Amino acid sequence: MKSSNEMLASKEFKDLVRSKWTISVILTICLFILYYGFILLIAVNKPFLAQRIGEFTTLGIPLGVAVIVLAWVLTAVYVIWGNRSYDDAVQSLKDQVR
Amino acid sequence: MQSSLGTPTASAIIFFFLIVAVTLGITYWAAKRTRSTKEFYAAGRSVSALQNGLALAGDYMSAASFLGIAGLVALKGYDGMIYATGWLVGWPALMFLIAEPLRNLGKYTFADVVAFRLRQTPVRIASAVGGILTVLLYTIAQMVGAGSLIKLMFGIPYEVAEIIVGVVMLAYVLFGGMIATTWVQIIKAVLLLFGVTALTLMVLSKFGFSPGALYAAVSNQIGQTALEPGGLVTSPMDAISLGLALMFGLLGLPHILMRFYTVPDAKAARKSVLYATGLIGYFYIIVPIVGFGASVLVGRDVITHIDKGGNMAAPLLAETLGGTPFLGFIAAVAFATILAVVAGLTLAGASALSHDIYVNVVKHGQATEAEQVRVARFSTVAFGILAILLGILFKEQNVAFMVGLAFAVACSANFPALLMSIVWKRFTTAGAVCSILTGAFLSVFLIIISPTIWVDILHKEAAIFPLKNPAIVSMTAAFLVGIVVSLLGREPAAEAKFEDEKLRTYLAIGAE
Repeated sequence: MKSSNEMLASKEFKDLVRSKWTISVILTICLFILYYGFILLIAVNKPFLAQRIGEFTTLGIPLGVAVIVLAWVLTAVYVIWGNRSYDDAVQSLKDQVR
Repeated sequence: MQSSLGTPTASAIIFFFLIVAVTLGITYWAAKRTRSTKEFYAAGRSVSALQNGLALAGDYMSAASFLGIAGLVALKGYDGMIYATGWLVGWPALMFLIAEPLRNLGKYTFADVVAFRLRQTPVRIASAVGGILTVLLYTIAQMVGAGSLIKLMFGIPYEVAEIIVGVVMLAYVLFGGMIATTWVQIIKAVLLLFGVTALTLMVLSKFGFSPGALYAAVSNQIGQTALEPGGLVTSPMDAISLGLALMFGLLGLPHILMRFYTVPDAKAARKSVLYATGLIGYFYIIVPIVGFGASVLVGRDVITHIDKGGNMAAPLLAETLGGTPFLGFIAAVAFATILAVVAGLTLAGASALSHDIYVNVVKHGQATEAEQVRVARFSTVAFGILAILLGILFKEQNVAFMVGLAFAVACSANFPALLMSIVWKRFTTAGAVCSILTGAFLSVFLIIISPTIWVDILHKEAAIFPLKNPAIVSMTAAFLVGIVVSLLGREPAAEAKFEDEKLRTYLAIGAE
């Protein structure tokens, strides 16, 4: 059993905090690239999105849908990570604190 | 086509009363369970992840999203879809950066988190300023939208509509607190998703369930340009600034952040964001189909004739496809949507006044439960009356613009301080206060001298500030000011508390 101070200083706790922020930052960067990539594409290369992929359907339409779906996928990744590794680590550390 | 919009039809009135009756019934049930502050502000922390996901989605999918985006796609085509994507992407950011620490550190409001280890009085006041400003702008937008919507749909005079919305909404909040507003949001979310799904399926059925055929009709009837990106995103800087406001503004919306305190723990908070994002994402994928369908099956002329902004595109489509009963249903759902969102906003505004200012500043945290609930209810009434008055005052103002303003203030005033107080040890009281006030006033000021107000409304020659959305400047400024001011002074007590706070932030030890 550890005291609060011991826990705060412990390697496991610091690793936990670092892992949480690492994955948060990585996923946020992915989100940025996804969304701002889409926006910048619209701003500077409209013809690319206007090109037809069906008889009339433009590329922009499925791309817009893809941005929404992928944004949700990123949240799912975070939740899966949370459920698989983070929560167990949190619980085991919590049990160690007096 | 002669529309029955603008006259109260039997089906619309029946649906309307049905929804109001059910929601007031829920309020009565909730009122019996609302005695303590935990129940009034946070539904006793008894809301499940799925329920909260629905409530969050309901709170977020306002009439503006539904009617506004359907109308935008109907009138402008693909550009409306750009808005739809932007409105969704804040949710992942909320999950990655804020959701769990927020839940662990706070009690009822986001100001709890910002003020956690700093000096309560100045930070609470500043947070309340940022929070109330955001909530007020958002509320005005919703009330104005509500008034014109009800007038358009039911033919009731604008001012009367405002009073009806205000009174019904107050009933939910005053008697039922967060329990009532949560369940009203859940019901409304289910009805809205059902209604929009039905609309989408009915549209697609006219085109053999092939979106391609729908787009073909759009191209033939209106022109291929409706399927291509148009004039909405012209300058990259403007687009990025708008994107920042949409993405990070969500992380500063008090009425959304408040909902995280209704679930038992951070894990449930995380799951509820997943559900909310899924529901909202689904919604934003299908609404453009409603918009395109309306442009083809109803026609742009008819839509603009009834309302220049295109807000009636979806109801008109409902009437075309399902007659007056379906129109009545959609109209009633849109009305429920407005009621629910305004209720949530009022609760957020009231909580800033009662929990942040009265309890923590005036009373220094010393107030009995009964007293706290009484003040909360009193603040609710005050805020509700204010909402009605402002709604009447701002009649005819552009609603979408006000919502944009609310998001810009939220991402500049509330978000930077919230994030910095969670992650940065050297963040000081002075830094927090300066950051919030800089963000709040700079964003408002820049919007006033931006094209939308300076040129379009005040009719000056050219805008002093070129961007329509100030987020990229005001949010950056709020971060910079927060950092610089914090580095200029030291607050040893706050730094020490940061380390201790970590146990609560990451392990939820001591969380409420």
